[in-house]
Amino acid sequence: MVTYIVRRLVTAVLILFGASFIVYLLTAASGDPLAELRASNAPNREQLIQARVELLDLNTPAPLRYFGWLSGAVQCAVPFVGNCDLGRSIQGEAVTDALTRAVGNTIMLVTAATVLAIIIGISLGIITALRQYSGLDYGVTFMSFLFFSLPIFWLAVLLKEFGAIGFNNFLTDPDIPLSSILVVALISGVIFTILAGGTVKRKALAFLIGAVAAGGLLYLLNLIDWFTRPGLGPIVILVFGVAIAYGITLLTAGLKNRKALYSALIMVALGLVAYYVVNPFLGAATIWLLLLLAVVTVGVGMGVGFLLGGYDRVQSMRTAALTGLLMAALIVLDRFMVTWPSYVSNSRIRGRPIATIGASTPGLEGDFWIQGLDNFTHLLLPTLALLLASLASYSRYSRASMLEIMNMDYIRTARAKGLSERTVVMRHAFRNALIPLATLVAFDIGALIGGAVITEQVFAFSGMGQLFVQALLRTDPNPIMGFFLVVGILALVFNLIADLVYSVLDPRVRVKA
Amino acid sequence: MTIQDSSETPRGEVGPSPREVGPVADPETKGMSQGQLVRRRFFDNTAAIISLVVFAIIFLLAFTSLGFAGIPGWWKYNHTQFLPVVDGGAPTVTGPFSWGDHPFGQDSIGRDYFALTMRGAQNSIIIMLLIGAISGLVGVVVGACSGYFRGWTEAVLMRITDIVIIIPLIVLAAVLGRTVGTSLGAGAAVFFLGVVLGLLAWTGMARLVRGEFLSLREREFVDAAKIAGASNARIIFKHILPNAVGVIIVNTTLLMSAAILLETGLSYLGFGVRAPDVSLGLIISQNQEAFQTRPWLFWFPGLFIVLICLTINFIGDGLRDAFDPRQKKFNPRKAKEADRPVRA
Repeated sequence: MVTYIVRRLVTAVLILFGASFIVYLLTAASGDPLAELRASNAPNREQLIQARVELLDLNTPAPLRYFGWLSGAVQCAVPFVGNCDLGRSIQGEAVTDALTRAVGNTIMLVTAATVLAIIIGISLGIITALRQYSGLDYGVTFMSFLFFSLPIFWLAVLLKEFGAIGFNNFLTDPDIPLSSILVVALISGVIFTILAGGTVKRKALAFLIGAVAAGGLLYLLNLIDWFTRPGLGPIVILVFGVAIAYGITLLTAGLKNRKALYSALIMVALGLVAYYVVNPFLGAATIWLLLLLAVVTVGVGMGVGFLLGGYDRVQSMRTAALTGLLMAALIVLDRFMVTWPSYVSNSRIRGRPIATIGASTPGLEGDFWIQGLDNFTHLLLPTLALLLASLASYSRYSRASMLEIMNMDYIRTARAKGLSERTVVMRHAFRNALIPLATLVAFDIGALIGGAVITEQVFAFSGMGQLFVQALLRTDPNPIMGFFLVVGILALVFNLIADLVYSVLDPRVRVKA
Repeated sequence: MTIQDSSETPRGEVGPSPREVGPVADPETKGMSQGQLVRRRFFDNTAAIISLVVFAIIFLLAFTSLGFAGIPGWWKYNHTQFLPVVDGGAPTVTGPFSWGDHPFGQDSIGRDYFALTMRGAQNSIIIMLLIGAISGLVGVVVGACSGYFRGWTEAVLMRITDIVIIIPLIVLAAVLGRTVGTSLGAGAAVFFLGVVLGLLAWTGMARLVRGEFLSLREREFVDAAKIAGASNARIIFKHILPNAVGVIIVNTTLLMSAAILLETGLSYLGFGVRAPDVSLGLIISQNQEAFQTRPWLFWFPGLFIVLICLTINFIGDGLRDAFDPRQKKFNPRKAKEADRPVRA
């Protein structure tokens, strides 16, 4: 194993040298960094050209210049010395600084989209695989093909138009006309029908429930003017919490496991107590306090599960911890919602909260909650665009993988043993269906830091993609090389991780030692 | 993997159900060659056939309306004429057969938008086909050689693949597209862009074909051919390649649908097809500011991108099912019915 990893790393370094050399030459050939200066009418044109030639070492031919760049770049491999030198951009900024800033922004942009795409995509894939050839399957398949075929810049412009401008217009006078409520109720009814499947009677009932629930909810929210002053309140949190407790138990342990169910319900009760106890302290919250609280919640959940658990403690612990986390998320969500009116009426926002460009509102002052909402409103649209674009591949892959697994003999064996369908699906099939996806996820994370080049461009989000595009437009070689270095190293590392993870998860696959 | 269940429905309706037949071979598949089987499965797939027809219509519309390679088309304007702007450039199409003077409207400088969109669709389709053909060819050759010969051939070819694979495609394409785009004329630039992108996008195909070859070369029929004295070239092209053709065709189709998005994205960023020539991505980028006032400038080219990409995806998916029907076997409803007597 160790020899394998070492060998892979050595090859990776060689590949990196080769690839960076090629990219360096290509970048050098892609244009003249002096073009804009040559065309300028500035009186000190000659000095400017001279200065830039010196800055970028343009008198040296490109293949030799590469080694100059390399000698600086190699020092980045030595940790804790700080001699890292990736050259300077045309403006004279050190590339390392620009990269640090860009990577931070990009991580902020892609994290939520990736996590959501993985969770939603895999769940959709599994569900459609279990209900192959149903209306749901056809619907989801068509939608995922459609999203897969949408050019992201087109989708982004649509989102800006309807998600930001339209929604902001709506928020200035949040009144939903009756006709819209009816349309939404109808759509929700159809979705419920497709989800329910089964006999005609069942479908009709599902349609009725879906339509009435959605229509009634919208009518009620409209009546109490929820969209200007959103919030959940203790009662809604309790209702959601109980639903979550049942849902989580159903998935992880099965409702027959009373001990798991009770520990989940206890967590809901504790969460409601926490809602009153913790809320006063949340005014001065920071991200670290919230993380600490999350860890405490998981700890308490495991404790409750352990004490109640009986012979199969792990199941109860898992259920309780998950329920606790979701309860905490509800409380935080409520807190954000309560902050919403003061955010919208902020003088910097002026009643148009959903932003179309940038990463944050310049000059906005406020506590953690205001800043959090500001991040949310800026990230909402790019996240949606990225989510829709990457959802499709996850749902297709997980569906295919799940279908293959459900054909396996050991699934038949599990059924023959008399195990419940939940155990067969969640314990035997689901886990194994995830194995091929682990590699996909690893690849994706590696590629993501490279940034969503087009998305960043459309939303004017200054991450890695923007760094690259701007540098290329200005024929600025060093930032391009810096960008490539980060992306290339990540791609190689995650490639290796993907292979290792696969061999750990699937013992049939052996790495060549 | 498709919308339409192709192989099971006719079987259930026409012939006896497989349960009654038992282990005897399916009568419908008896006496059919692999090619016939694949073709029938593909033509049974409604979604794929509809997509094929739609794509053919788009293809014909794009290439006959403006004409291609010197042959004049039937549309009265072309994408370079500046015409007086009529009615604020609003689209005049009112039905499938009443197009009016400017069916898709006009852009801000009076060019006929139908002609622009058609020209963009032409360019996108040309680039897509070039990418599919070139990267398919390179990928198959590299994959076949490294998978069949193994040894140092494989080592060298796969290291080259690794080098190309870790450079993000959009980076390479943007740098190269910029390099060649500035030095060539408008007409040739489109072809060159297609060739360049094709020379970069083959890595996935190469790995896939190599994997196929690695497993196929160990099969008995390859040994038999070797003993019979067949040359390496004959074994590769006559014996192994036909067995891997399904994977290759399917992957080429999916590669082409990705190519459309890559090309339009690059052109949108300004690194692909550039003015004065037109691409669907480029005209969206040029006109996106006008979304509020003249939304058709945004809708029509986008619609064509989505249609081309969607149809290619469905065709590819139909081909995959036709070549590899394994995923069809599992049907939970049937599985449950089969389980029921056992459980009770």
